[in-house]
Amino acid sequence: MSPWQPARTPAAPRKHRPPLRLTLPGTTDAVRHALLEIFASGLLDGSSDNLLSSAEIVLAEVLNNIVEHAYAARAGDIRLLLSHTETGLVCKVMDSGTAMPGLCLPKGDFQPLGQTADLPEGGFGWFLIRSLVTELTYQRIDGENRLSFILPDEQS
Amino acid sequence: MELLAKERGAMLVIRTTQDRIDAASAIQFKDRMRDITGASAAPRVVLDMSNVAFLDSSGLGAVVAVLKALAPDRTLELSGLTPTVQKVFRLTRMDTIFTIHDAVPDGLRNVG
Repeated sequence: MSPWQPARTPAAPRKHRPPLRLTLPGTTDAVRHALLEIFASGLLDGSSDNLLSSAEIVLAEVLNNIVEHAYAARAGDIRLLLSHTETGLVCKVMDSGTAMPGLCLPKGDFQPLGQTADLPEGGFGWFLIRSLVTELTYQRIDGENRLSFILPDEQS
Repeated sequence: MELLAKERGAMLVIRTTQDRIDAASAIQFKDRMRDITGASAAPRVVLDMSNVAFLDSSGLGAVVAVLKALAPDRTLELSGLTPTVQKVFRLTRMDTIFTIHDAVPDGLRNVG
């Protein structure tokens, strides 16, 4: 199944939470606002603290990466579809910005920290994302970047 | 990005009043920290992050940049990390680089 089909309805949804759809401009201020909106929406109410913190970290990294890279040259919107299922938070993120180099997601390997003078000041984003999500996929379709992943709810 | 600073002997305690150090505010945070630490000669700088509910990789990069700018003669210590901020430090293993206090060392609370 294409990751862009609607998420399968779980056999026994914990609560009947409708998926959350959001469209935001590709700016860092809009990303901050969208995160606050997601957490105020009730979509994640009752989730473990672990899922809540992972969701905030991952969504911030994913969305700010789009702002900084996909929309580095020109402005555009980001579309989000979030579904809270038995598995966890199923996230689909779309933008019409520049494609990922080589049409592949960055590996996001852990960077050895070394001495103070050599400490990395960036490059943590994909490491954090890959540390916290499952079923990460990327597709470039019809001029759009389509990223999909699940933030697992270990307590479900 | 408002930061409140108070110098006590060899220690400069800086408290953040904004609750997010993220891609939208990281550069401003770094600039303000540079101004404040540049105006003091205290060898030990303690950043009280108890008001910061969220920090992303840009915010982490800014905190690391402040540490590097103070080194090798001065140190940056952190205090009062909230759970999500703690998680970012733990995952990136930056918790092994910084001295992290549960609360600002004695006698240095109520900065500003």
